[in-house]
Amino acid sequence: MTYPLDPALFSDAMKLDPTRAGFGRGLKAAGEANEAVVALCADLTESTQMHLFRDAFPKRFVEIGIAEQNLVTVASGMARAGKIPFTSSYAAFSPGRNWEQIRTTVTLNNQPVKIIGSHAGIYTGKDGATHQMLEDIALMRVLPNMVVVAPGDAIEAEKATKAIAENGKPSYLRLAREKTPVFSLEESPFELGKAYVLKEGTDVLLMGTGTMTYQMLLAAKILAEHGVDAEVVHVPTIKPLDEETILASAKKTGRVVTAEEAQIAGGFGSAVAELLTDTFPMPVKRLGVQDRFGESGDPKEIFEALGLTGEQIAEQVKTWIETTPRYHQE
Amino acid sequence: MVQLTIPQIEEKANAIRKDIISMLEHAGSGHSAGPLGMADIFAALYFNILNINPKEPEWAERDVFFLSNGHAVPVQYAAMAEAGFFEVEELQTLRQFGSRLQGHPEREKLPGLENTSGPLGSGLSQAAGYAYTLQYIDDVKHRFVYVMMGDGELNEGNIWEAAMFAGKNKLSQLVAFIDRNNIQIDGNTEDVMPLEDLKGKWEAFGWHVIEIDGHNIESVIDATSQARAITNRPTVIIAHTIPGKGVDFMEYDYKWHGMPPNAEQAKTALEKLRTLDGKITHEGAGV
Repeated sequence: MTYPLDPALFSDAMKLDPTRAGFGRGLKAAGEANEAVVALCADLTESTQMHLFRDAFPKRFVEIGIAEQNLVTVASGMARAGKIPFTSSYAAFSPGRNWEQIRTTVTLNNQPVKIIGSHAGIYTGKDGATHQMLEDIALMRVLPNMVVVAPGDAIEAEKATKAIAENGKPSYLRLAREKTPVFSLEESPFELGKAYVLKEGTDVLLMGTGTMTYQMLLAAKILAEHGVDAEVVHVPTIKPLDEETILASAKKTGRVVTAEEAQIAGGFGSAVAELLTDTFPMPVKRLGVQDRFGESGDPKEIFEALGLTGEQIAEQVKTWIETTPRYHQE
Repeated sequence: MVQLTIPQIEEKANAIRKDIISMLEHAGSGHSAGPLGMADIFAALYFNILNINPKEPEWAERDVFFLSNGHAVPVQYAAMAEAGFFEVEELQTLRQFGSRLQGHPEREKLPGLENTSGPLGSGLSQAAGYAYTLQYIDDVKHRFVYVMMGDGELNEGNIWEAAMFAGKNKLSQLVAFIDRNNIQIDGNTEDVMPLEDLKGKWEAFGWHVIEIDGHNIESVIDATSQARAITNRPTVIIAHTIPGKGVDFMEYDYKWHGMPPNAEQAKTALEKLRTLDGKITHEGAGV
């Protein structure tokens, strides 16, 4: 089945919406669907869009104050009492500050606590390096039992929120602050653990997670204008990886480029590189933040400084494939 | 649950102490002092205070007990075995590969455990989360949530985040114990990082505070009765205990915090416990 993309993509009519807004709508819907869903926030209720749930279900909302260690451990106790707790803060604080509490009382304890890391990545913009959480994918991905999801746009964030409400597992949801392009439609598929082929191609595989999938789509469009036929795969679930879809596309194209607005060490690109190293070793180029911190500025300026715009990615991929032979299966 | 009389609970406390010595000696590692010091409180919890059913650990009407200082779990394992959650013989598997009795407690390994703990400072929050759910979301008033904390672990900031949260929300179904034995790994608590005025600190956070002799089982039971009767605040019971209680060469000595007895020391300790330090001359069941 062809993945339905929004026809307005790349046009002036392209919709923009922050993934955190999709989360807010999804959480309210999850609360309507299941009475066991409860929400806890660390003094950032509107900012993380939890106010929609709070206003609809005040009895099931818990204000924790600025105490992220308490945020997830209280949630762990509520999960033991039969609830499905969603906890939200900025990713720099949760899971940034409370990683051990998540490790012991959520993942080893195996309780279905949901860690919502809003304002992750570069789209946090002007707040600067302290608040641009770039290490969260790596921190969450190494924890056994943890599901890690970075939705590509606001529509998918809403679907992902509803999905993790019902998966019975510790889960991490990575969200962005600023509005980002909406490439999917309500009818586009989303399932936890699935990756989706957005565009078929044969020369190189471009794989994005989170908001970087849009940049990969843009890069593929530019590459096509230069005669390069790129396949684009969107990977919203970083753990567990959809090995089948990724391997099929990787074998077809023979070389892989990954992109994430996060540290490349231990992140999404690392997960893909691990998979391919174990199965079909082939050239992999990992785009992301290369062992440095972010800085204040408009997100666009920072993306440019880091070489992560669609235009820059197209340029880098073009140069890379000129010098990088593709893997041949036989 | 059958509630035992105080003399019967005292016997259980002694049985728990013997179990602790024997299992730690067998395991060859683990913490001695804290578990021995808490034996009386755990005997009171598992044989009088907690409304639980050892044959149905997930019983929906049960009281809930969280262990925050996970390293003290030998005393909980011993109390659970004596209460019938599993066979006493299984205590000898403590810390062995494949055992349900992990060095620090893991909820999914052993039915009857409510949480996984070891890294300090997180148990009070979990208990508070459970108590909040009962009081404000599920409107269940007849169940209570108990938690045991060590005094050294009060160094952790997470504890005071939880103390603020429970105080703000007046979690009256939450009953916390502090094992006030004054020792932690690097020495006396007041030398490592002073906790006093401990009572004043908890009162300032909005808690009802009761101070007791943690070796007086009647006091332990009375304190929890009082805690359950206080309906506008959470209660913390500061239980003053003697680390290593019941084994004279371990008592008061912080060096036994993280050390098990060797075979010779265990033999001496068990003899003392069997005779309650020479106070009884006849012997009960063999060790």
